[in-house]
Amino acid sequence: MSIKIKPEELLKNVTYKPKFVNWMDVPVEFQKGTFNYAGSEDALIYLDQPNPRKWQPTDPDWKLPENWQEIILEGLRERLEKYRSLKIFMDICVRCGACADKCHFFLGSGDPKNMPVLRAELLRSVYRREFTTAGKIMGRMVGARELTFDVLREWFYYFYQCTQCRRCSVFCPYGIDTAEITFLTRDLMNLIGVNIDWIMTPVKNSYRTGNHLGVQPHGMKDSLEMAAADIEEITGIRVEIPINKKGAEFLFVTPSADYFGTPHYYTLMGYIMLFHEIGLDYTFSTYASEGGNFGSFVSHDLMKRLNHKIYAEAKRLKVKWILGGECGHMWRVIHQYMDTMNGPADFLEVPKSPITGTVFENAKSTKMVHICEFTADLIYHNKLKLDPSRNDHWHATFHDSCNPSRGMGLLEEPRYIIKNVMRKFTEMPDNTIREQTFCCGSGAGLGTEENFEMRMRGGFPRANAAKYVKDKYGVNICLCICAIDKANLPPLFDFWVPGLEVGGVHEMVGNALIMTGEKPREVDLRLNPLLKEEENQ
Amino acid sequence: MGIQLSLLVTVVILLAGWVAGVLPFLKFIFGVILPYVALAVFAIGLIVRVLRWARSPVPFRITTTCGQEKSLPWIKQNKLDNPSSALGTLGRMALEVLFFRSLFRNTKASLKDDRLVYSVDKWLWFFSLAFHWSFLIIFLRHFRFFTEPIPFFVGFLQDIDGFFQVGLPIIYITDVAILVALTYLFLRRIFNAKVRIVSLPSDYFPLLLILGIAVTGVLMRYFLKTDLVAVKEFAVSILSFQPISNELLNKLSPLFMIHFTFVCTLLIYFPMSKLVHLGGIFMSPTRNLANNNRMKRHINPWNPVVAVHTYEEYEDEFREKMKAAGIPVEKEE
Repeated sequence: MSIKIKPEELLKNVTYKPKFVNWMDVPVEFQKGTFNYAGSEDALIYLDQPNPRKWQPTDPDWKLPENWQEIILEGLRERLEKYRSLKIFMDICVRCGACADKCHFFLGSGDPKNMPVLRAELLRSVYRREFTTAGKIMGRMVGARELTFDVLREWFYYFYQCTQCRRCSVFCPYGIDTAEITFLTRDLMNLIGVNIDWIMTPVKNSYRTGNHLGVQPHGMKDSLEMAAADIEEITGIRVEIPINKKGAEFLFVTPSADYFGTPHYYTLMGYIMLFHEIGLDYTFSTYASEGGNFGSFVSHDLMKRLNHKIYAEAKRLKVKWILGGECGHMWRVIHQYMDTMNGPADFLEVPKSPITGTVFENAKSTKMVHICEFTADLIYHNKLKLDPSRNDHWHATFHDSCNPSRGMGLLEEPRYIIKNVMRKFTEMPDNTIREQTFCCGSGAGLGTEENFEMRMRGGFPRANAAKYVKDKYGVNICLCICAIDKANLPPLFDFWVPGLEVGGVHEMVGNALIMTGEKPREVDLRLNPLLKEEENQ
Repeated sequence: MGIQLSLLVTVVILLAGWVAGVLPFLKFIFGVILPYVALAVFAIGLIVRVLRWARSPVPFRITTTCGQEKSLPWIKQNKLDNPSSALGTLGRMALEVLFFRSLFRNTKASLKDDRLVYSVDKWLWFFSLAFHWSFLIIFLRHFRFFTEPIPFFVGFLQDIDGFFQVGLPIIYITDVAILVALTYLFLRRIFNAKVRIVSLPSDYFPLLLILGIAVTGVLMRYFLKTDLVAVKEFAVSILSFQPISNELLNKLSPLFMIHFTFVCTLLIYFPMSKLVHLGGIFMSPTRNLANNNRMKRHINPWNPVVAVHTYEEYEDEFREKMKAAGIPVEKEE
């Protein structure tokens, strides 16, 4: 870790009673550890995005096009005509402040510009100046200001300190969605080449190789074969993992971190074991090997360009429907955008579980089912032999990921699975779970090393709730269904709640699943020894 | 600065109303011309505002879901916080508009010894609701001043509103509630540090303006009697486009003219301010759309054609490696 900071130091100056100033007079400072590096030139060139160049946010000159203000204002005008959401959200906020202390970045930093209302005002002030009569005439008196380079720097800093988690939108009396405002402001900045590398490079990689890490087809196959070998070592069963198989019943799409990341990898093993045990006819794809969509953090066009692969590959492989793995923003894209952008999926059939016969009516148009819906249905119909005691060395809590909870409503399915595959489960406090869940602090492209301090601040409310159940009930693993969570919760907990592990729901399924012909299990998927009967008393 | 400016503007309007109540010439302008201007600006302004919003399409169905989705038949859906049908959405909107459902969720976070704790905080919800409902009921009660015959609901509302039968004339609950609620909302803007920093003159001004309307109204009802017969004749004439005699105008007290000028100002200010949340709340896409995304395809009218990386291009780049790894390919060469 390049930045040495201690938890107690981080909270020292945090207060939720910001000093009264005119916030327009407070200049933004790019402090080390609180911002992300700029998008790389070659990623922008590969994706044919505007203004590729070498620059960094700390540079005095951002090498912007001469008429950059004009480009942004014209872009804003265009977006106001294209998105009713933006127009409404610009006009109807009454600044009641209900959202203020709902944002994890505000709670972790105390910076008033991280209050969702003020984050939106950063854009709204420019909107007023350009698009309202009062703003044109009265200027700052009515909260309007011109788009200057300082304003742009402020936008870059604070719109990349929002993880588009939508928690504020739950509390807003008008449902104003900061994710939408953040997204569209990032989209505007992208018009002049102002973006971050941990979005643009993954987008480029996903576009080219199918996954955000840029792993090529043979690398993906190696990784899946390694999972097969590990499964064999633990269970004694050799599983087949179909790749790019034409005519399979369904295509399985999961975030690519599942193949390469830890602890994601254990979840991947869980999926594969499950599919093998119930004898599913499925296939992975190397072309559509990424369910995650980094484009969804910055631009609808980029989102669509990446998402396109899923339906295209389903069509090429002639599958009947699609199953999706554990991922957060991937599911927001699939649930709220995919069908609209790249549908209609009329070449697919309404998903039907080949094991239980359940027809997934809730996915009859999009034709893509969440793995938790699929597995919950299996368990409900008693189609799995499970031994929950194999997870007795774990005492779990469940972190709802932002997008499945607030952009979908997938709340009970994962809980139902967890309660059937393990015996010790404790919820975190009510106002930190389900639709009120707190973000891991690193979503929407912010999970970088250079942004470490801000991530720890943003993740503080989540970690704080997790610490509560760890200290009070002895919880030792936090389960989640999001690849970004699985990547970011481990460092977050190391920082705030040392000793708390992170895992996926299907990792626990893999542990508990009794497979036909398996050898007695001595270890879990992480090679941790299982508790013996007597230890369990 | 925001407070002072708003206060200044409010006082100027008050003085204008008072002067108009004293000077006959101005009385004509403020009493006869202003209301027509105000009504026209209000009606046209609000319609234009709503049409402008409506002109922009809703490209994506971005419902904010606040409960369990509709999925498997044995999992209980939260039909109001995560509706999947038109009826459920209507219910959700009704809860939102009539009872401020989302605001009801409000909590307050505080930091105690490096621990985050949340407490229930319903005051904002309570006083906002008290304010909006009082305002509505008072408005409806006013029908007795500008309609003949008086609609049936007025008497009913008066009975309920004066339920406690305290004072003479009987004190309306809503009169007290609106004053208390507005005071709370105003003081909250000043003393809640998080709200103060985001507050603009356009946040203080409507509170003061409506407070002005309420105070002058209460003064007229309980303390400084005004000629109600004249007021009614005046209001009915205005709304039925009848000419108004100078004699009638002269019967209107300066206090009434202040009240009336405040009301006209509110009507004019309404469509160009944040008060349009009255209409906007019905059009907020995170609340007024059903979460049936995977069941029913949502159409984006401007769905763009974008560049894509096709499978063929992909295979062309990686074919040799795929073949070497034993991954099936479309073309051998």
